[in-house]
Amino acid sequence: MAGSKEIRMKIKSVQNTRKITKAMEMVAASKMRKAQERMRAARPYGEKIRNVVAHMALAHPEYQHPFLARRETVRNVGLVVVTSDKGLCGGLNTNVLRQVTLASRRWEQQGAKVHAVAIGNKGLGFLQRAGFPVVAQVIGLGDTPHLEKLIGPLKTLLDMYTTGEVDAIYLAYNRFVNTMKQEPTLEQLTPLPGERLEGNAQASSLAWDYLYEPDPKAVVDQLMIRYVEALLYQAVAENMASEQSARMVAMKAASDNAKNVIGELQLVYNKSRQAAITKELSEIVGGAAAV
Amino acid sequence: MANTIQVDVVSAEEQIFSGLAEFVVLPGEMGELGIYPRHTPLITRIKPGTVRFRIPGQTTEEIVYVSGGILEVQPDSVTVLADTAIRGPDLDEARALEAKRRAEEAMQDRSSEIDYARAMAELAEAVAQLAAIQRLRKGSH
Repeated sequence: MAGSKEIRMKIKSVQNTRKITKAMEMVAASKMRKAQERMRAARPYGEKIRNVVAHMALAHPEYQHPFLARRETVRNVGLVVVTSDKGLCGGLNTNVLRQVTLASRRWEQQGAKVHAVAIGNKGLGFLQRAGFPVVAQVIGLGDTPHLEKLIGPLKTLLDMYTTGEVDAIYLAYNRFVNTMKQEPTLEQLTPLPGERLEGNAQASSLAWDYLYEPDPKAVVDQLMIRYVEALLYQAVAENMASEQSARMVAMKAASDNAKNVIGELQLVYNKSRQAAITKELSEIVGGAAAV
Repeated sequence: MANTIQVDVVSAEEQIFSGLAEFVVLPGEMGELGIYPRHTPLITRIKPGTVRFRIPGQTTEEIVYVSGGILEVQPDSVTVLADTAIRGPDLDEARALEAKRRAEEAMQDRSSEIDYARAMAELAEAVAQLAAIQRLRKGSH
């Protein structure tokens, strides 16, 4: 039997671990609420801008934006990988990165090269280890998604798209379903898939067009960039809500496990203590009988 | 009812205003715009400034500040897609360069953080293995 002192120390250490996981669980729970609120707050903008873009697709603009035009061959793929900065959130990042691996393998089979943009520390580490060229990155986003921090990395990729260095841009992140469920998602950002825009505009098939001020190109360019940015912002907001939910669930599981381990160790400790007492008693009795 | 227009002012981070108005004034890029209901479809960029609108049944005008963005006008609705950040082509360019620079730096100096992340992953694996071994031992007792 292991020494009772060692068992006691082990119990102590597991108790300390449990305190930490319990605290992290509660922190994640409170952050989760805020992250979910922020995610919902971002939705109206996403809806409105989608409506406007859908209107624009229905109208008959003389200027066709490159983000809407499908390219024949895809030789280079841009991939935005949204992950969390910190770990200890269960399989959240692993799931999304597994999807990234599968997708990039598929692209490589088709002869396309992948250029990655990392948002979040975990994804950055993975992309560099896996040997993807990382063209831009942003880490240390904190608990609030700031559009300001996302503009730069996205612009790098959009510029590459405009100049023809990449032919399609995809976005990988965790879609927030509910607290218990987050779904790793891979979406196409550009060229914009048509189905995203359908069913939103009140279909007026009459030939009409907007008045553009100052000119169609300037306005449409800005609108399309804002639209893609809004999609990315929404993805980051969802990923953050997912992160906190996943962390809360993972820490709850860890706390419960620690509780079980403590229970088992306590049992072992009591048994060994009892065994020691019994042994001592029998020695005394044996000694007394010998006298 | 007939003489009102649906106004939505939204930014990426929040919904700023949503409701009916009789008349809206916005700082368009080409000059101030006054929009009444049944305006012809129009789309334009707006400059940083105030958006004012008259709400039916109220004597004073509502005012919200926007730091630029895009305005869409449909005959029955006005949508302001406000920017949250201060924007400009040069500023965006600088941000893109910054993000690129960080990526390049990290590629050259990949030792510190990446090694740390890898070490953490290996540590976690080792701890998991230890736990498994202990469980096996306990089972055999």
